[in-house]
Amino acid sequence: MHEVDMTRCLLLSLNEWKGQHRPQEPEVRVVHLQVGTFTCVEPEALVFTFGAAVQGTWLAGSELCIETVPLRARCLRCESIYAPDQENSYRSPCCDHPMEEIVSGRELRIRSIDYQLHDETPHEAPQATALTAAPTPALSSAP
Amino acid sequence: MHMPLTDTLGLNLLAANQHQAEHNREHFDTWRLLCLNVMSSPGAGKTSLLERTITALAPQLEMAVLEGDMTTHLDAQRLEAVGVPVVPITTGRACHLDASMVSGGLKLLQQRLDPASLDLLWVENVGNLVCPAEFEVGEHLKVALLSVTEGDDKPLKYPVMFREADCVLITKIDLLPYLPVQVELFVEHVQQVNPRAQVFLLSASSGEGLGAWHQWLLEQVAALRTASEPASEPTTEPTTQAINDIPFPALVTR
Repeated sequence: MHEVDMTRCLLLSLNEWKGQHRPQEPEVRVVHLQVGTFTCVEPEALVFTFGAAVQGTWLAGSELCIETVPLRARCLRCESIYAPDQENSYRSPCCDHPMEEIVSGRELRIRSIDYQLHDETPHEAPQATALTAAPTPALSSAP
Repeated sequence: MHMPLTDTLGLNLLAANQHQAEHNREHFDTWRLLCLNVMSSPGAGKTSLLERTITALAPQLEMAVLEGDMTTHLDAQRLEAVGVPVVPITTGRACHLDASMVSGGLKLLQQRLDPASLDLLWVENVGNLVCPAEFEVGEHLKVALLSVTEGDDKPLKYPVMFREADCVLITKIDLLPYLPVQVELFVEHVQQVNPRAQVFLLSASSGEGLGAWHQWLLEQVAALRTASEPASEPTTEPTTQAINDIPFPALVTR
């Protein structure tokens, strides 16, 4: 369940981003991620942990939107782009060349954030550290 | 009403871990200390290999180990017995080491010795072929082990790990006569996902194949030293003949 740690990293980045808007208070609607299929990330698990982690924080009510990026490689023999058959072989179907250059599919990226700005807020909103502060039993189980 | 806004970031999702990993690597570079992140599934033979390799290289290299384990200190005790400083990092329920855990381990190591006096730092990761592939700890090189008892399909089932590895060790080759496997397929599947990986076949039990692996390690240590000496001679060509350059029949000489 390393998506918990990934969510923790994501929240750290979002807290940092929020700090750049001071003294204004951004209200986040959607966080857009790009996640490649050649990563160890299960998008549904990431959405689940994010939803649990932001409860009661300044990110409560925001949504995680994940764009899946397919694995594409370039055959270095004939320069053509191919989608490796991730079940059976990563060799290029054109020249039977090993997967040397990956064009896409390794993305683990915060693409953009949709939000609104509120002017000065009277109080400091709690930081989104719910995961580290109090892991729920459902979240902290080993994979 | 407030205007809806969008900020485009294009930021690495794991930026927080990445920053810490880069920080760790800066320390390693300052100390001219080569850091290797050793990864595999549980039971592929990481600790057994480190016992053999550390013993063999001890006359030439000063080494230490950061030992990741979910709950026990068993592996740390085994490696302490070989005579190197070992800092156990118990990860609790986490299934991988991350850069901040390694940073914490480094601080503990510094209480015992000056890291600049070391040549090679081993980070033995938690046994797992999934998560450790995505979490850099600041290492210079990633080493992945794959034992012949696990089956030749593992590089295809866990391709990210074998893609990320700079060096892949096919281990336990002394068992090949007893297994219905073809060692060529292990290598072929690794090379499908990562044709640039250095691949070595070896057995920590029989000692077969350890020589080439140890030679490669010595070259990596030397290369880091050369790279961090600005006024030194240009780097020499590596002399190790990796498995990639050798025809198959020559590999399995039993």
